[in-house]
Amino acid sequence: MDIPHTVQPREDTGLFNAKVGIWLFLASEVMLFGALFSSYILLRVGSPNWLYGAAKDLSVPLGTFNTGVLITSSITMVMAWASLKFNDYGRFKLYLGLTILCGLAFLLIKAFEYYGKFQHGHWPGSHTFYAIYFTLTGLHALHVLGGMAVNTYLWGPGARLWATDPERFTNRIEVAGLFWHFVDLVWIFLFPVLYLL
Amino acid sequence: MNTNDPAAFQKHIRIYLGVFVALLAGTLLTVAISYVHFGHAGNIAVALVIATLKAALVAGFFMHLLSEKKSIYTVLGFTAFFFLGLLVLTVWSMQDHPELTASLPPPLPATAGTHHVP
Repeated sequence: MDIPHTVQPREDTGLFNAKVGIWLFLASEVMLFGALFSSYILLRVGSPNWLYGAAKDLSVPLGTFNTGVLITSSITMVMAWASLKFNDYGRFKLYLGLTILCGLAFLLIKAFEYYGKFQHGHWPGSHTFYAIYFTLTGLHALHVLGGMAVNTYLWGPGARLWATDPERFTNRIEVAGLFWHFVDLVWIFLFPVLYLL
Repeated sequence: MNTNDPAAFQKHIRIYLGVFVALLAGTLLTVAISYVHFGHAGNIAVALVIATLKAALVAGFFMHLLSEKKSIYTVLGFTAFFFLGLLVLTVWSMQDHPELTASLPPPLPATAGTHHVP
């Protein structure tokens, strides 16, 4: 059975179905992270001994570098999609491959940071700040991992669709890209909130 | 976009690169400005304004929200309403317990050399 509107837009929405689906999913993700940001505000304002500045024991240079890595992955992701739009499959493979590598670099740097925290005895149960820090960054890291899994599939076996249905494959890359950019967007707020303020 | 025109492709790439540079500059600006003391609320406001501008660039250009269909804007409108409601209700609820917000300590001065590198 053919799935309708994988390429052709629906008359009522003006969009192919997967695009409506990913935006509805992202809306639910906004509420998920929104709830956690609310928790952060509540915990921060209510805590009599919140950690500020250097007392957090977080590395601002590493956090800044990791932000740069994620931003770089966002532009390579959109370039991968644009390459398909202009029928350049070779460039698509290059850019999506770079996106996956940037995601991997981000997770490795994050793991290195976590290791440093654990070495200094900072666990989720150590302090209210670390509880929300590990919750927010851990959930975000899981999203990066999920995005990498999808991107790796689309870079590897999933890319076979390009040969038979290039428009549908391009749409899949667009949808995967929307999720990836959202993950970047969340980090844009997490970085100053957790590292700098 | 016109997918058969190499000039159109180059134009899109230039826009994406411009956004990329702006995002990197915004990140460095956020870090630099965190070492300037505008007061507790001032520093929070400045950092969140820069973050919001960066998020708008990502959403507008990388996620193509500047040229999206009305149905997506409708979904996002509802999302923004409930998201802001969630934040506002949280802050509002704090008014019921003013004693919990009275103990805010002043932020420690953050200097570039004092951040710990693991």
